[in-house]
Amino acid sequence: MKTRKWPFIYVGVITVITYIPIIMTVIYSFNVSKLTSVWEGFSLKWYEELFRDRDLKEALMNSLILAALSCSCAVLIGTTGALGMYRAKRQSVAGGRTAGTLGVKAGGGRLNDVIAYVAMLPIMIPEIILGMVFLSIFSLMGLPFGMVTLVIAHTTFCVPYVYSMVKARLVGLDKSLEEAALDLGASPVRVFFDITLPQIMPAILSGVMLAFAMSFDDVVISIFVTGPKVNTLPVKIYTKLKTGVTPEINALATVMLSITVTLILASSVVGKIRVRNVYK
Amino acid sequence: MMDEACENKAKCKEEKVKCCMRSRAKSRSNWMLLAPIYVFTILFVGLPILYMFLLSFLSRAKVWGVDFTFTLDNYKRILEPMYIDMLRESFQLAVLSTSIITLLGYPYGYFMARMNAVWKKRMMLLIMIPFWTSSLIRLYGWIIMFRSNGVLDKVLMGIGLTQKPLKLLYTYPAVVVGMVYALLPFMILSVYSSAEKMDWTLVEASRDLGASAFKAFWTVTFKLTLPGLLSGVVLTFIPSMGLFFIADILGGNKIVLVGSVIQEQLTKGRNLPFAAALSAVLMVLTSLMIRLYRKVTRTTELEGLV
Repeated sequence: MKTRKWPFIYVGVITVITYIPIIMTVIYSFNVSKLTSVWEGFSLKWYEELFRDRDLKEALMNSLILAALSCSCAVLIGTTGALGMYRAKRQSVAGGRTAGTLGVKAGGGRLNDVIAYVAMLPIMIPEIILGMVFLSIFSLMGLPFGMVTLVIAHTTFCVPYVYSMVKARLVGLDKSLEEAALDLGASPVRVFFDITLPQIMPAILSGVMLAFAMSFDDVVISIFVTGPKVNTLPVKIYTKLKTGVTPEINALATVMLSITVTLILASSVVGKIRVRNVYK
Repeated sequence: MMDEACENKAKCKEEKVKCCMRSRAKSRSNWMLLAPIYVFTILFVGLPILYMFLLSFLSRAKVWGVDFTFTLDNYKRILEPMYIDMLRESFQLAVLSTSIITLLGYPYGYFMARMNAVWKKRMMLLIMIPFWTSSLIRLYGWIIMFRSNGVLDKVLMGIGLTQKPLKLLYTYPAVVVGMVYALLPFMILSVYSSAEKMDWTLVEASRDLGASAFKAFWTVTFKLTLPGLLSGVVLTFIPSMGLFFIADILGGNKIVLVGSVIQEQLTKGRNLPFAAALSAVLMVLTSLMIRLYRKVTRTTELEGLV
């Protein structure tokens, strides 16, 4: 097929435009002036200020703890859930033939579908609804707003990412490996840890990465379920943006951006190495 | 002869019972796997959402909280011209942003799927980097751009396109740009994942059979990437009704979305039931869209979501 130039130009132009605001933020983080519209010279003073800001550091810690906790819960719930749903479906397909004669119904299929649908809802409905729902249910239950409520709320929208990734991976899995291991006398537990888990690990990891990013970035839900004492980084940034903007935010953005870029590049390098090892 | 058949039957039955017992044991261990997702989903997703619907029919207590008396006032209030206007405006903004996103994102995802493996990977990285940076910080970049006498004004005046500062910040176009910017990756990734899986030989076949490039695109490519496109529409349209912080930061307080009203009712208005009623309306709209999507594409999962 002949390659044309203009698709590349189109994609290139849009990509460049998406980077302009990010680059602007980085450039202006080195600005002397407090005003973001005037360039007055190079300085690192906003970085100094950033590293002295205790509130921001605390908010950052909170965000990291929150994302880590809710991702851990989500991995547990999402992975076991995906495995359970997948097995139930497989059984009802396989069992339908044999069990039918004995009059045993492969139950739970319909209920499983409903639960899977409801579990996916948090990433399908607008975030604001989730925020409102949690605010009202937590105040009904009398839970004090803070880390606990944040973790519960974040877990609800982290589960779908892990669940759907793992589920998609399970569907594409080669069943004969598990069966072979079982036939050779391995216990189901061993089969899970030696055969199934290594195969679904990439899916779990990418689900966790996505969930972590979403949790770390969430403003809308956090605003409603956070307490007066606990601030997450996005909530803090949001209040700062609403009140008065200082180039400190630019510095923070630059720091966060460099962390993300490093992480993404690192993960792509690690991914390459791993792939190469497997195919050796 | 008879005996043998009988024995076989008995054996067969025995086997079946065994098999059934095994599958029962299996399903018992399966319930243990399913328990966490069942408990968590029912407790923290299902019940809270049901409570929201219940709440929307209750009245508000004098100071703060809820009075457990049935009323339809919350829904009547939504029908007031002020809120109907707000809903319409929100809807219009969502339609406008989604259309722009579709026009920009569809070709992007499509072209990306046609690149070679190395470029696909590079483009993926380039898309993921902004996607992984805080959305607030990306929006903040637009503040710098749009500010009166900001970067954009300087550039436009510099090349002589405009004479005066445009004062784009806190205007409708600024909010649209923010929405498009925040949600574009979802469309690109949905279309891309759909176009990536497509069998391109079908396009070649239709070309060989004499279809024009446009006709081949329209009858083959477009039809086959439709699930991705529609999934992108769902994934961008739904959030754009609720992302109040974009309207807040780039629109000042001038552009009011359903999301902004819900937020205001919760924080300043302290009217939980009314906020619940608004959320319920939004929720029903959303579910309708998802149902429609499922009906059109005959799939249960959204393309490109994972």
